[in-house]
Order: sequence, then structure tokens, then C-alpha cells
Amino acid sequence: MSEKELGQKWDRCLADCAVKIGTGLGVGIVFSVVFFKRRTLPITFCTGLGLGMAYSNCQNDFKSHYVLHSTIAK
Amino acid sequence: MLRVCWKGARAAARQCVCAKVTGQPLQHCRRYTTAGESGSTAGKIVAASLLTVGGGVSGTILYAKWDPKFRANVEKSIPYSDQLFEMALGPPPPPLVPLQKKPAKLEPLQISSLSEASKESKQPKAKAKKSDPAPLAAVEEAPAPPAPKTFEEECKECSHPEPVLKERSADEVTARLAQQDKAEHDALMALTAGLEETLGSTAKVTLQSIGAQEVALTAIAAHTNKIKEAMDSQTPPDKKSSQWRELNEAMSERTRAVDEAGEALLKAKEELEKLRSVINYAKGSKIHAARPQILAAEENLHNMIVDLDAVVTKVQNAQTEATIVSQYSELVNEAKVQFQKELASITPEIQANWKGLTGKLSADDLNALIAHAHRRIDQLNRELAEQRVREQIHIETALEQQKLENKKAVERAVISALEHSHEDMRLEQEKKMEEVREVMEAEMRTQLRRQAAAHTDHLRDVLKVQEQELREEALEILNSKVMEQETRYRRLTQEQLDTFTLDMNSAYARLKGIEEAIDSHVIAEQEARKAHHLWLSVEALNYTLRSAGADSPTEPLDGAVCAIKERCAENEFAQALAGAIPDESLSRGIYSEASLRARFYDIRRLARRVALIDETRNSLYQYFLSYLQAVLLFEREQEAPPTKLRPEDLHTFKLLAYATYSIERGDLELAAKFVNQLRGESRRVAQDWLKEARLTLETKQVISLLSAYANATGLGTTQAP
Repeated sequence: MSEKELGQKWDRCLADCAVKIGTGLGVGIVFSVVFFKRRTLPITFCTGLGLGMAYSNCQNDFKSHYVLHSTIAK
Repeated sequence: MLRVCWKGARAAARQCVCAKVTGQPLQHCRRYTTAGESGSTAGKIVAASLLTVGGGVSGTILYAKWDPKFRANVEKSIPYSDQLFEMALGPPPPPLVPLQKKPAKLEPLQISSLSEASKESKQPKAKAKKSDPAPLAAVEEAPAPPAPKTFEEECKECSHPEPVLKERSADEVTARLAQQDKAEHDALMALTAGLEETLGSTAKVTLQSIGAQEVALTAIAAHTNKIKEAMDSQTPPDKKSSQWRELNEAMSERTRAVDEAGEALLKAKEELEKLRSVINYAKGSKIHAARPQILAAEENLHNMIVDLDAVVTKVQNAQTEATIVSQYSELVNEAKVQFQKELASITPEIQANWKGLTGKLSADDLNALIAHAHRRIDQLNRELAEQRVREQIHIETALEQQKLENKKAVERAVISALEHSHEDMRLEQEKKMEEVREVMEAEMRTQLRRQAAAHTDHLRDVLKVQEQELREEALEILNSKVMEQETRYRRLTQEQLDTFTLDMNSAYARLKGIEEAIDSHVIAEQEARKAHHLWLSVEALNYTLRSAGADSPTEPLDGAVCAIKERCAENEFAQALAGAIPDESLSRGIYSEASLRARFYDIRRLARRVALIDETRNSLYQYFLSYLQAVLLFEREQEAPPTKLRPEDLHTFKLLAYATYSIERGDLELAAKFVNQLRGESRRVAQDWLKEARLTLETKQVISLLSAYANATGLGTTQAP
């Protein structure tokens, strides 16, 4: 079912987003607590990192159909 | 010069016009002056041009009056100039009529007149027209009609160019010639007969008269001799009376002879006149062949006249002599009578015949007689002397008289001799003319014969050529006719053959048709049975189609299709159709239309959401935008698709609207077509649905075909191949 594909992609995307942001948040908190004296910078930074990664992944997932794959002809 | 005038006129006109056009209130006075100046020069130019034109026209008219050819040329080239000329000069002179017609007209008249009757034709042109040598032209003053007549006829035969006459046929010509010859001959015969007759009679009469004249001559001579004798007083007296009697007889004889001679002469003269008139008539009849006879007759006439005249002169001479002698005798008689009278007066007793009375006379009587005789002698001597004196005068007067008479006689003789010689010369001339004419006739005949020979040769050649041509023509015609007949015959046989073949073919075809019909009936029945089977199978297939659930596909159609395939193993069409069912439907089954419809709405929603996404735009941001568009765009859910799609209709929303409309109306095919037009992500989203729709449609199509086919064959209207 091709119509389900999009939904599946969104699901994946959101799941991934949630995971990544959570992970980023966690890592950020850990870093901020451990290495950066409870500053919010690493939290936001890592969250952003996570968000960005999630976004990028999401985008890649959505674009995946349209990306041209090249092979090196031997 | 014309151009100069033209330029001047134009300059003047321009000046005037310019002056008028550029007339401004400040330049009023200037305008007047310039207008005045230009007006005068313009006037001059106009006057000059008028003069030129008038001069040209008058010159043309004058020259046309002098030269009619120029007039004709001008009339031809310039349209209304002929009216002008007529007005000015009068009507044009008539063209010169050629004078060639008159001689041509004259000649047919001559020819017709010649050929109709043998009238005299005096025109030398008729002869000049002939192509004869000069000698004939020399005999022009006495034209011979038969020669020109025959020649004209022969000319016609020789096809002489004569535009007015038409050529008579050869038969007619020969008939006419023969007729003319015969007429000529007859006339000639009549003429010669007449001539000879008159000649003979005239000769006879003339001879008679000559004879009579000679008789008269002899009679006169005899009488004169008798008188002379009687004058002589030598004869004895008794013979005197017989002498006198003889004299009287001779006298009467002479008178009778003279009368007879006179009568005969009159008759001869009459006959001569008749002969002359006949000769003139013969001359007038103009028959050529009679000429020598005419000439001979004329000669004879002339001779007769001459002889007659000679004899008449002789008779006249004799008569004069006789008169002299008679006068002399009369004188003598008179003297005797006188003497006797005197004697009788003196001697009354003495009667006549005094010579016998010498014895009876007395001395007185004798003395008286002697005295009378002496006196008489004296008187006679005196008379003689007187006579001698008057001799000379008498002789002179007599000589004069004689001279006069001689002169008269000489004149008369000269005149008659002149006449005779004139007549002789004329006759000679005529004879010579006749000879020349004969010669010329002979020559002309030879020429004509030559011409006739040439003509016959030419005719022969022409006839030969014509014969050849005609023969060829006839052969050609024959050949063509034969060919025509042949082709016609062939065509007819071919037609017969064709019709027969046609009939045979048609009969055979009909037989075949009948056989086929029977076979086809058998086949049709078989087919009907098969179709029944097929129909049943197809119905089974249709029933399986109905087994589709809401979201689940039907049962796999494999079984039914196999059944169909089994049932209709020999039916290729059914086999093909059954084979055309896609495998997917066979193995998995197909979705129903209703499920597809339901699914469509999901597709629609999704497709709307990803309307902006395609190869170029597929980032998340675009996704966000696309979602925003889908939320914010309001449009009709269903829209009737037009019969013709425009390019601007091919965007997602429109297509989806059309597809929705179609699917609501149950037209899955059209909806699928519209969905097929989606591009980009929308298309990807709708891909599966489209596939399913295609599958369903395909299968349905095949099944509908099969059922239609089954129905059709079941109805028996189609024949299986």
C-alpha cells in the first residue's frame, strides 16, 4: 500500500525525532551537569543536535525515493 | 519645342498656383503684380500653344485633302478624325476600281455567242487570247468562224483557265462539235450546190448570149456586106432586086439577131447578177471550206463578164460600122431618089429605070436631059469645089468629133479595162489569201494535234495515279472493315463465354453457399452449445467477482478461469481472453469497486497533503508548506471534468476533483485516468491504488468481454471462425 508509506515514514520520523531529542536532552543534561557546571548551553546544544539529527534523518527518509544513486562503472 | 512650351506653361501655372496658395494678407499687392506678370506670360504661352495646335490641325487637313492615302491612315489611327475630315473636306474619294473585268466579260460573251450560233465575231481579243503563233493573227480581217469555234472547244478540253465559263462534259462537247461539223458540212454542201447551180445556169446563159451576140455579129457583118454589095452598081439590074431582097432579108435577119442578142444579153446580165448575189451570200455565210469555190465562181463570173463585154463591144463596133454603111447607103439612095425626082421633074414621062429608056427618048428630052445633066454636073462640081474648100474644116470637125468619140470610147475602154484589172487583182489577192489561209490552217492543225497528244498523255498519267490511289484506298477500307468484323466476332464469342462462365460460377457459388449454409448451421448449433457452456462459465466467474468483501479482495479467480479454459478449449477467442486476465487477479483476486472507492478518499486526502512534493521539492519545509496549502486551499470536492483537458487543469487539486466526481458517478476508469495524471509524491502515494484499480478494470473488462462474447454467441448472431 503506497498510501501507507507516508504514514509509516511519518511514524518513523516522529519516533526517531523523539528518540533523538530525548537522547540529546539526556546527553545534554549529563554534559551540562558533568562538564559544564549546570549551564543550559550543552542541554540546548545537544537537544538541538538531537533535533537537527532527527530533522535530517526525517528529511532524508522523505527524500530517499528521489535521491539518485550513482554507481561507479567498472 | 513642345517640351519648352510645356515647361513654360507648367512654370507659369505653378507660379499662379503658388501665388494663390501662399497668399497671405501682407503679400496682397505683391500677389496682384506677380499674378499679373504670370498672367501675361501665361497668356502668351496659351496663345502660342493654341496657334501651334491650330496650325497642326489645319496642316493635317490640307495634306489629307491632297493625299487620300494619308487621309486614310489618319482616319484609321485617330478615332474621330474621319468625322472631322468629312466635315472639312467632304466624303473620302472612292477607291480605284480595277479595269480588269471588261476584257474578261467580253470574252465569255464572245465564246457563248460563238458556241451558240455561227455568228460573225469581229473581236481580235478572242483570237489574241489564244496561244496561237503569229500567222493566225495575220488573217484577222477575215475571221474564219469554224476555226475559232473548234479551237475554243478544244481550249475547253485542254482546261484553259477561264473563270467565267464552266467546262462542258466531253460528250456534250463532241456532240456539239459533231453537230457543228454537220451543220457546217450541210451549209457547205448547200452553198456549193447553189453556187454550182447558179454558176452552171449563168455559164449556159452567158454562152447562149455570147452565141447570140456572135450570131448578131455575123448577121450585122453579112448585112453590111450585102449593103456594100448593093452599093456597088456592078451587078446587073435583075440581080438588083434579088440583091435588095436579100438585103432586106439580111436586114430582118440582123434585126432579129440583134434583138435576140439583146435579150440574151439581158438574161445573161440577170444571171450574172444572180450569181453575184449568190456569191455574196456565200461570202456572207462565212464557211471556210467554200472559199476556193467562191473564188472560182467569182473568177468565172469575172471571165464571163469580160467575155460578154468583149462580145458586146464587138457587136457595138459592128453596129456602128453597119450604121455608117447604112447611112452611106441611105445617102446614096437619097441621091438616087433625088436624081430620079429631078429627072422625073424634067421628063415626067420617063418613069423609073431610065437606063432602059435610051431608045425612046426624043432629042428634046435628051437635050433637056443632057442640060440637066450638065447643070447637075456643074452643080456637083460647084458642090465639090465647095466641099474641097470646106474639106479641111469638115475634116477637122470630123476629126474633132472622132477625137471626142475616140476619147469617150477610150475612156470607156479604160474604165472597163481598169475594172477588169481591178477585179483580176482582187481575185488574185483572194486566191493568195486562200493559199495563205490553207497553209496556216494546216499549221494550226498540226499544233492542235500536238497539244491534243500532250493532253492525252497528261490525262493518261493522271488517270494512272488516280487509279493507284483509289485502289489503295479501297484496299485500306476493305482491310479495316474486315478487321472490324473480326473484332466484333471475337467480342461476341468472348461475351458468350463470359456469360456462360458467369452463370456457371454463380451456380457453383450458390451451391457452395448452400453447402456452407448447412455446414454453418451445424457449426452454429455446435457453437451455440459451446457458447452455452461458455456462458455458464462466465456466469460462474461473475459470481466469484461478487465474493469481494469491503476491504478484502475476491477469491482468486483462478478456478473459474480454469473452468472456462477447460470448457472452451477449442474456442480461441475465449482462450485468448481468459489468458488476458492478469495473473494477480487469478492468484489473489481483485478488489471491488466499492472498496476502491473508499480507498480513494484516503488517497485523495493524502495526495492533497503532498501536492507540492516532487523531485525538486522534497524537504521537510516543503512538506510543511504542502500541508499548509492543503489546509488553506478551498475548492469543490467534486468537479465535472470537461471533455477536453487544458494544461492548467493538470494540477493535483483539479485532477483529484475530477477523479472524485468520476468515482462518485461510478466511472472508475476515468477516475483512474485522472489519478494517472498526478505527478510527484501524490502519484507515489496513489501508486498502489492505481495498480489495484488497473487490475480491477482489466479483469472486469475481460470478464465483460467474455460475457458479451458468450451472450453474443449464445444469441447465435456471431459465427465462430
